[in-house]
Amino acid sequence: MTGTRSRFLTIMITFGMAFFYIPMILLIIYSFNHSKLVPVWGGWSTRWYKVLFESEEVWNAVSLSLQIALVNATVATILGTLAGLAMVRFGRFRGRTLFGGMLVAPLVMPEVITGLSLLVFFISLKELFGWPAERGFTTITIAHITFSLAFVAVIVQARLTGMGQTLEEAASDLGAKPFKVLTAITIPRLAPGMISGWLLAFTLSLDDLVIASFVKGPGADTLPILIFSRIRTGLKPDVNALATIIILIVAVCVAIAALIMFQQQKRELMDQQLAERDGA
Amino acid sequence: MSEGGQIGSNGLKGAGLMRRFSDFLQSAWKTIVVFIPYAWLLIFFLFPFFIVAKISLAEITIASPPFTKMIEWAGNGIVNIRLVFDNYSYILSDSLYYKTYLNSLKISLISTVMCLLIGYPMAYGIVRSGPVAKRVLLFMIILPFWTSFLLRVYAWMGLLADQGTINNLLIGLGIIDEPIRMLYTEFAVFVGVVYTYLPFMILPLYANMEKLDGSLTEAAADLGSKPTNTFFKVTLPLTYPGIVAGSLLVFIPATGEYVIPDLLGGGNVLMIGRLLFNEFFSNTDWPVASAVAIILLFLLVLPMTIYQYYQAKAVEEGQ
Repeated sequence: MTGTRSRFLTIMITFGMAFFYIPMILLIIYSFNHSKLVPVWGGWSTRWYKVLFESEEVWNAVSLSLQIALVNATVATILGTLAGLAMVRFGRFRGRTLFGGMLVAPLVMPEVITGLSLLVFFISLKELFGWPAERGFTTITIAHITFSLAFVAVIVQARLTGMGQTLEEAASDLGAKPFKVLTAITIPRLAPGMISGWLLAFTLSLDDLVIASFVKGPGADTLPILIFSRIRTGLKPDVNALATIIILIVAVCVAIAALIMFQQQKRELMDQQLAERDGA
Repeated sequence: MSEGGQIGSNGLKGAGLMRRFSDFLQSAWKTIVVFIPYAWLLIFFLFPFFIVAKISLAEITIASPPFTKMIEWAGNGIVNIRLVFDNYSYILSDSLYYKTYLNSLKISLISTVMCLLIGYPMAYGIVRSGPVAKRVLLFMIILPFWTSFLLRVYAWMGLLADQGTINNLLIGLGIIDEPIRMLYTEFAVFVGVVYTYLPFMILPLYANMEKLDGSLTEAAADLGSKPTNTFFKVTLPLTYPGIVAGSLLVFIPATGEYVIPDLLGGGNVLMIGRLLFNEFFSNTDWPVASAVAIILLFLLVLPMTIYQYYQAKAVEEGQ
């Protein structure tokens, strides 16, 4: 299926990539605009970066968002990996259909519904048990874990299905206890999937506006909430500067991750070929 | 839980007691692994929907939280249970809600079709590229997918505004004299939805096409089928699962979208996600907002079930 691309497909790809990238490139260019009015060019300047770095509000929001994202990614990776293991390796168990449904639904559930339901849930909890007394870091993190773990589970399930079970079976046949098999064989082989899952959960959390807007308390502004409150009334040059920094960080991280994964795939392929040659 | 026994009998050939103990360990360990994420999702995902359903059957009052209680102890051991269906009849009779639901479905349906028309040839083109080009193109599709959704919508505010890049360019070139109004129109919402959701269409399509057996199209060509004929008779039907998965991945979240209609549509485009948000935060009418959410959920249950079916199949096939 490779190497034969018609002119029509090439044109569509070019057009599509231009559609993806021109808005982002313009966003970056205008972040270096001296003018206070974003679309009116007033010469090159790094003025808005200075404004951005001097804003305490922005730093607080960045710090809160990063803390939430870190805790979320770690817990969601653990829960999502357990869920993925259960779905792929445990055969049928009671309640599997409901479990599978709850693992897929957060992937497509409109954010307003998830946000609303979690907020009324937290408020009912507070009425009954007095916890959570204040909404903020804890409630946002719990909300993020709830949808992130579903994304991790999808990645882990794909990886588990892809890697097969022969090594685990061999280890059990040689007398390894189930827990030993898990820690010595399954988890290390699952690691690339878990790392991708962690990164995805981290990004999803940094990116979420709607759900955090519902479950946050007064004053607990994450970065997207802060950005949203600023751009609702129009274009803001310091948001362009912030966007540029975020886009560059993401681009570098995704490029590094892609390279690492490429190396990993190559190594696995070589291992496989070696194994096949030795077997023959 | 049949696996545990199987592994035990294959492996350890020790005493029966030993085996029973290891079987127990195996099954208890599995229960723990299932239990933790299961309990989390039951508590934080499923259970909250029941509270929303409960509130949707209450009335708004001036209290904290601002709705009436469903169950009240009236003293003397009498329990009052009040279920109010007014919110539903209000939403179903008020033409604003009806129009907003319809408009949301219309916008997300048209956007899904547009994503499919742009995304399908792109995914097909990537599959048919050489190995290096394929990696680079996939990277370029995934990159916007990882960058902030909010900032990608914001980028279009700058392009579509009255004094935005597109209008400035057209006026500069002398094509138009007056700026064309694009921001805060339905057109802007379409552009925003297609732009932000296109990677969700391309990636499942790509995953599906990548697995296609090239020999089938070759066989069709050998038997004298023209390329267009082969495409419609062989390729298109085989990529059907990718089309369904990608379309639902765009359609379902887009229907409840809040950020795009708010930033790009302003007050001019009716969408249910925005209405729900405003009903909840501006009007603080929790019961009506809850009823809006329950009806939206009801509308999306069928597409969600179909999506789940395809997702489960895709996972089993190891995509």
